[in-house]
Formats: sequence, structure tokens, C-alpha cells
Amino acid sequence: MADKNGFFDLSKTALTRRTALKGLAAGAGLAVAPGFVRYAQAQSSAPIKIGFQSHRTGIGAAYGRWYEKTTAAAIKAINAAGGINGRQVEVIIEDDGTDPGRGAEVVGKFATQHKTDIVFGTLFSHVVIGSAPAAGEAKIPYFVVSEGHHVASTKLNRYVFQPGITDVKSQIQAMAPWIAGNVGKKVTMIFPDFAFGYDHRDYLPPALKAQGADVIAQIAIPPTESSFTKYFPQIPAETEVLYHVMVGPAVLTFVKELGEFYGSNRPQLFGFMDSLEATDINSPGLEFLDGSHFWEGSPRYAQPDDSAAQKAYRAAVGIDDNGAAVGDPKDISTASHMFGCWETLYVVKKAMEDAGYKGPEDRAKLVEATEALTEFAEGPEHPQGPKTFNGKIHQCFGIQNISKVEGGKLKVVHKTKIEDGLYEAEGDYTTQAL
Amino acid sequence: MHFGPHLLLAALEGLVTSAVLALTALGLSLVFGVMRVVNVAHGEFFMLGAVLAWAITTAIGGHPALGFLAALVIAPLIVGTIALIAEQLVLRRLNYNPEATIVATIGMLYIIQQLALTFYGPEARPVEPPFSYRILLPWFGYSGYKLSVIAASALLLIATWLVLTRTKIGLIMRATQYDSETAQAFGIPVDRVYGGVFALGAMLAAVAAVLIVPISQAHYLMGQDPLLLSFIVVIIGGLGSLRGTVVAAVLIGLSDGIISMFFSPTLAKIIATLLVAMVLVFRPQGLFGTVSR
Repeated sequence: MADKNGFFDLSKTALTRRTALKGLAAGAGLAVAPGFVRYAQAQSSAPIKIGFQSHRTGIGAAYGRWYEKTTAAAIKAINAAGGINGRQVEVIIEDDGTDPGRGAEVVGKFATQHKTDIVFGTLFSHVVIGSAPAAGEAKIPYFVVSEGHHVASTKLNRYVFQPGITDVKSQIQAMAPWIAGNVGKKVTMIFPDFAFGYDHRDYLPPALKAQGADVIAQIAIPPTESSFTKYFPQIPAETEVLYHVMVGPAVLTFVKELGEFYGSNRPQLFGFMDSLEATDINSPGLEFLDGSHFWEGSPRYAQPDDSAAQKAYRAAVGIDDNGAAVGDPKDISTASHMFGCWETLYVVKKAMEDAGYKGPEDRAKLVEATEALTEFAEGPEHPQGPKTFNGKIHQCFGIQNISKVEGGKLKVVHKTKIEDGLYEAEGDYTTQAL
Repeated sequence: MHFGPHLLLAALEGLVTSAVLALTALGLSLVFGVMRVVNVAHGEFFMLGAVLAWAITTAIGGHPALGFLAALVIAPLIVGTIALIAEQLVLRRLNYNPEATIVATIGMLYIIQQLALTFYGPEARPVEPPFSYRILLPWFGYSGYKLSVIAASALLLIATWLVLTRTKIGLIMRATQYDSETAQAFGIPVDRVYGGVFALGAMLAAVAAVLIVPISQAHYLMGQDPLLLSFIVVIIGGLGSLRGTVVAAVLIGLSDGIISMFFSPTLAKIIATLLVAMVLVFRPQGLFGTVSR
């Protein structure tokens, strides 16, 4: 092909001595630019820097926005109360595009360029799994708010923690007795075809089996799917409970098509709130969900028995009684997950204080101090409820909420106990070298 | 479920996919056929159509059919205007150089997508269908709206075909496609034809999106799949061939519906891609394309 416009003709743009000098000068200028200035004085006055790996774009963007809001509220509260070890806390946000490859780059950027003290805030399981090796390599503590079982499986590394939200294995185990006892015993699962879905695929059948119930079919759906009717014929006719976990923007379609397919003659539904985070349950087509049940990490709608801490937390983050942004009833929060950001930051604060954390040279001490934690009492720092922490598997355990859709709201009908979700540790991170 | 009803459901789903795909791919095919521009931003015009449909229906309120009809008219017009501006500002200045326009439309893809993220946000937002009638078959229920999408798409395809073959505008477009230099020599304002075709291509994508948005919500990343599928359809059908595009869209849509229901959606994608490879090897001009001169 003829190169008419001279795209490939290097002779026209040969590097002159002057251009080369300009380039050098610009490079030197960058090195003294504000971002590169170090705090010359002791770390005592410099803020603690938290690198926030945020899903600002990509399929996790709705979550990312609310994770940012919750984090900002928690940091504001922590700073107002004197910061951590007397130092203010600063959050630096980098967008990971909800992409594992980009996630690993972001962790590297925090460790080497921003030189943050920790990395924090990731939700999507594939991003966590993709980023964890980078955190382990850089030896930078990585606090995720992800819900997946990957941290507790001890398949990641010693620098990865999940102290603010429970994992899927524990959630399923805690809720299985209630599902088998109250909803039905023949269960068909619909789950997304990636890491988070596999946690459900692998842990629900044994948990139900123990309760005398059975998973009779498992339907994996690619996470980018936009139409679902074609999967419904795979649902066996004898299904009593349709257990659905969907993530991503297509969930409304999923529910609507389910409604068209079944009409009023549907099996019972049990879903994970992940499906409908940031989505109004009163959206057109979702009437079909009326009377069905959902897992909720932290209830979206204010409940009559909410604690003072829960009320204070909701006010600080800026969500109203319907779980929407104060002043914008259409802006629905990701209440089931974002509380984890708030609680994780308070765990980080506690661990940094226990470790007498001064700066990046104390990262190993911070890891050990976090592993030494065992319990988080319910209160302003842990508004979702009390939790225990297993330092060997870097995972917290807490209560789960089962809510029923009633009159366009979600009403908590059952709360599990911490013990319901405990399981045998599958390994021990503390034996790994720091 | 028995084989018969199962197949019927698969075919219905496949036809809905085909209907939307045919409109979207036709837009892509027109732009390439007449202008020789590979428009990578085509999927984003599709997304814009859906996002605007949401904005228009929300602004109008009242009975859902009212907002939907308004969206069906206004959204494509706005998208067409945006495409026209993009064509004048970018593609014309590159003299429609094939390599440069690919890079430029990739840039447009990202600009449109990120603007949508900034101003519309990351959420998937639903648009209420103009009517929600559930057709009750003995074995399963099916959305009446989905069937109407197939009909609407067929009407629009016929209208496009009539414009291309029976009107003066169509004649001018076909002349430009056949030989733009000679067309110019005969006094056809090729620049204006190009602008019009680019806008028309984008409008077809936008109409398809407005039709589909009551079924699948408006989301800023929704343009990726239709783009890929449109390329597949256009390559199989033959670039610049209306008939080929429609036939290929029905073929791909139905096979996607049926294969993904009886086997797996991944297999459906594999087969579609394999088909593209086969067509490129054995009939590079596509099933209905003519050898370019």
C-alpha cells in the first residue's frame, strides 16, 4: 500500500539536536514536579497514604462510585477524630477499569510511584486475583473488600487481607439452613461464569446437602451476556428454588425475561443482592421479584431495629431510608457491600495503631498486627454488626441478612449468627515469609 | 422442555437478535460500501441511541408508549447529527484515507464512550417498553414486545431498501459507491453524499438500539457486542451488499439463538468466528459481495 501521506517516512521527522535537548529538559523538569517531592522531615507529620484501587470505569463502575463515597466518609470521620497515630490520612485513587491486568499495574503504581502505605478497596474477584501477586511482590499490604472466597482460600499471599466483609463460602454456609427450611429443597443455580460465580457453584451444593436439600442444575452464564431467555429451558421443571447470583448491567433484563418466561407460575427465588446493587428494585419489570428473598450484607432499606451506629453510618455516607443518595432518590447505593470499605478502614486504623506504624518500612509489622486481630465489636466502627477475624486466613466472619421483597422494599426477615458461617481454615498465611 | 417448544423458543430469540443485528450491520455496511470507511465507532452510535432513548423517555414521562415513540424519532436524529459533525470535523479532514479513518474512529469510540460515562454514568438504566403484553404459549410465556421488534426491524429494512433502490437519493448513493470519481465528474456532490451516508449509518444503529433498549438496558459499554457482531455479519454477507447483510444477520442471529440454547453460547460465538474465517478464505468478498475493482 502506497504511503501517500508519509506516515512511515521517518526522514521528515528526524531527531534534531534541539529537539533532543528539549526532551531532556522536559524530563528533568518532571523529576522536580510536585508529585515527586518527598517529605523531607520525619514521617511524623506526613499523612498516611492509602492507595484506593477503584472500579471507576468498566463493569464495576457503579460499585466503584459508592465505594469512593463510603471511603471518603470514613476517612473524613477518621481524620476528624485525629487520624491514625496522630497523622492525617490521605486517599489516592487510581482507576483499574475493573480489569485484572490494569489492577496489577495500579498496585505497582501505588507501591513504586505514589509510595502509598497500603493498597485498599478492590471489589471484583477477578481484579483481586489479578492484583494480589503484584501486592505480594511489592510487599505492600492489600486490603480488599471483595466478598469472594479467594482470600480465605489461602491461595493468594500473606499481604492480602479481607477484614471488612465476609466471604461467599461463609455466607452460603450460614444461609443454607434457612433456604432449605423456608424456601425449598430442589435448587437450580444461575451464576456468572467467572471466579465469583464459581465460589457459589462450589460451596452451595455441599452446604445444601448438609441440610437435606439438593442442587439439581447449575447454569453458568458468561458475564457479558445480554439476553437470558435462551438459558431458561435448562431450568428443570421440578425446581423449587431458583438461586440466582448475577453481576453486571444486564441483571434487569435477566429478571424481566424470567418474568416473561414464567409469569405468575414461578419457582421460589433466592438471590444475592449483588444482582441488584445500585439498581432500584421498583424498576419496571422487577415487580416479578415481589415476595422473593435476597441475601444482603448490610440492609439497603433502614430497618426498624437499626442500631444507633447503623443510623450514624448511613448519615455519614449520605444514604436515606431507602438506601438512595440523600437528595437523589434515583441514585441507589451498593449498601450490601460498601459498608465493608468503612469497616476495613477502621481495621487498618486499629492495626496501624497496634503496630506503631510509622511508614512503608513498617509494612511487615502492619501485616503481623492485622493477623493478631481477633474480634471487632459492633459499634460506630463496625456498624454492620460484630465480627471475628481469623488471622491465619486473613478473613473476617460476621452476620448475614436475609431480606424479603415486600411492597417495593426489602425487609430483613432473618439474621444469621457468626457461628453459622464459620468453617475449617484451608491453610495458614502466617507460615509464609514476610 | 420438549424439543419442539425448545426449538421454537430458540428460533424466536434468534430472530430478535437477527432483527437488531440486521439494522446495526446495515449501517456499518452502508458506510463501508459507499465511503470505504471502516467505522470502529459504530457500536458507540448504537450505545448513544440507547442512552438517548433513556434520556428522552425519562424527560417525557406519561404513558411509556409516548416517550418510546418520541425516542424512536428523536434519538436517531440526534445521533445522526452527532455523526454528521464527526464526519465533517474528522473523517473529511483525513480525506477518508482508509488507514487514518480506522485510527480516527477508534479515537471517536473512546471519546463517545467516556463522554457517556461522564454525563450518563456507569449504571444500566431501564426503559419501559411501549406495551407489555405477554404472549402465553402452552409451554412458556414470551414477550409480545420482542415480536414487535422483529416486525419493526423488518419494516425499517424494507424502507431502507426502497430508499436505496427506488429514490434519487438512493441512486446517487449507489453511483457514489460504484465509482466516486466518475460520480463527482457527473456533478454529484460526493462530500455531501459521504456526510449523509455516515449519518444514515449511525441512525440505523441508533434505531436498532432504541428498539432493543426496553429489552436490555442502556449502558455505556453496550456498544461493544453489536460492533463485533456487525463486523461478523458484514464480512459474511459481503461489504456493501444490503441483501448479504440481511441474510447474514438472520443466519448469525438464528444460529446464535439455536446453538447457544442447545449447546453453549461460547460454541455459538466460536462457530460464528469460524464462519468468518471460512468466508475470508474461500469467498473473501462475502456471500453476496462483488469483487471490488
